[in-house]
Amino acid sequence: MSIFDKFDHLRQTYDSLGDRAHNPFSVSFDRIESATEGVLGGRRVILLGTNNYLGLTFDQHGIDEAVRAVQTLGTGTTGSRVANGSYAGHGALERDLAAFFGRRHCMVFSTGYQANLGMLSTIVGRGDHLILDSDSHASIYDGARLGHAEVIRFRHSDPDDLYKRLRRLKDVPGSKLIVAEGIYSMLGDVAPLREIAAVKREMGAYLMVDEAHSMGVLGEHGRGLAEAAGVEADVDFIVGTFSKSLGSVGGFCVADLDGFDILRVACRPYMFTASLPPSIIASTRSALQRLDRDKGLRTQLMANATQLHGGLRALGLEVGPHISPVVSVALDEPEVAVRFWNALVEGGVYLNLALPPATPSSRPLLRASVSAAHSPRQIQKAVDLFGEIGRELGILPAEPFVELPRIAVGAV
Amino acid sequence: MQLSEIREQIIAGLHQARPDVPDIGGATRIVQDLELDSVAVMDFILSVEDRFDISIPLDRVADIVTVDDLAQVVERLGNAERA
Ligand SMILES: Cc1ncc(COP(=O)(O)O)c(C=O)c1O
Repeated sequence: MSIFDKFDHLRQTYDSLGDRAHNPFSVSFDRIESATEGVLGGRRVILLGTNNYLGLTFDQHGIDEAVRAVQTLGTGTTGSRVANGSYAGHGALERDLAAFFGRRHCMVFSTGYQANLGMLSTIVGRGDHLILDSDSHASIYDGARLGHAEVIRFRHSDPDDLYKRLRRLKDVPGSKLIVAEGIYSMLGDVAPLREIAAVKREMGAYLMVDEAHSMGVLGEHGRGLAEAAGVEADVDFIVGTFSKSLGSVGGFCVADLDGFDILRVACRPYMFTASLPPSIIASTRSALQRLDRDKGLRTQLMANATQLHGGLRALGLEVGPHISPVVSVALDEPEVAVRFWNALVEGGVYLNLALPPATPSSRPLLRASVSAAHSPRQIQKAVDLFGEIGRELGILPAEPFVELPRIAVGAV
Repeated sequence: MQLSEIREQIIAGLHQARPDVPDIGGATRIVQDLELDSVAVMDFILSVEDRFDISIPLDRVADIVTVDDLAQVVERLGNAERA
């Protein structure tokens, strides 16, 4: 009898995936060489699963700023902003983000996970209603559980289902907050935000969008799906992370609503944890400036995403419905997916494996995330390797398919 | 709607999700006995919500173990909405 007995089932599943070197859930890199290359088990691999959308983790200006900050301000803040005080950089980053999104208020959190945990557990309370997309990220579900609002789900990216559920709540008192994501992290599909915003307006609810995977990716200025869909005025809260396109760690929420600042002394995942260290604040500010200034990064990112999505699709593999920097290949058998993943790593391409039930539609996924820093040759190498392994495993016929027409993100 | 009628409709829905399981009754445990994974359970709950025109809050979903538990939640929510 052990306190860990309750995990027996999980342990079995985990162990069945192979020993440490071959287990997709215990990957440990020997070295990271650049935004797109690392060494894994002594083998050089292309990093195609790191959410490093703009490739800014080795941006020289960001590194210089981080070094300068660590030398002048030290390695950590050793406390919370509420109890132990903010540094100038915290406020400066909040002003930068507010200006970037064209909103009055911003709160920075220590991770994106905590931003969702904090916002969702605080801004709605007892007697209020949270209406979540059923494919929401774990941090959204966890934030919902931490708070006291009544939580219901609508069918993934289905504005009609959302409408139906809000209609049932029509005469029920309390605030209603709808939560959706810009780009969904598993399949790279884009939310029908214009339609969701229309439902929100008609039904008098609030709307929060998590732009974790779409900030710096979608929109003319990189402000995410709300900008791309032309509905920024309808989105009351935007949540995001620094751990993807901004290449560091941290999270934030921006809003324009009066009274927002009270959250600084009400939101526990903001108050009761240490604030971000100066080096992180410095590199994040630098990355945000670059994201804002350098539109070429987004153009290159979309070109790379189109190349990978189109290439895999032309092979005859089943990829997600939209072209976005998250490109996932759906397979049928988990065992085959694990073998496929190992063969990709052995061939020099690292990406993510996602197994049901952590995937939509109960199918295993090989999940790639494209970076602006990938070269066309790296993407082509990945596509070729997918083809070779797919044919070896009997998933693909001996001859590649003809390229099919595809749907572009620009069409949302 | 009567509790017994709700239960029957839920059982009919579960037979569709698991046509290979012959006897599903009020005491059948939805996750353990029918071996539905969390995605399948979520899809099933969404279909029940459609069928009875209700939304079941997640904290109540967490408390549901058997078919009877689910039927009772559906009945209560259905009545509350008409009241
Ligand atoms: C949609 C979504 N929201 C939030 C997060 C959490 O972000 P962070 O890595 O900053 O905790 C992630 C990333 O894992 C995500 O995919």
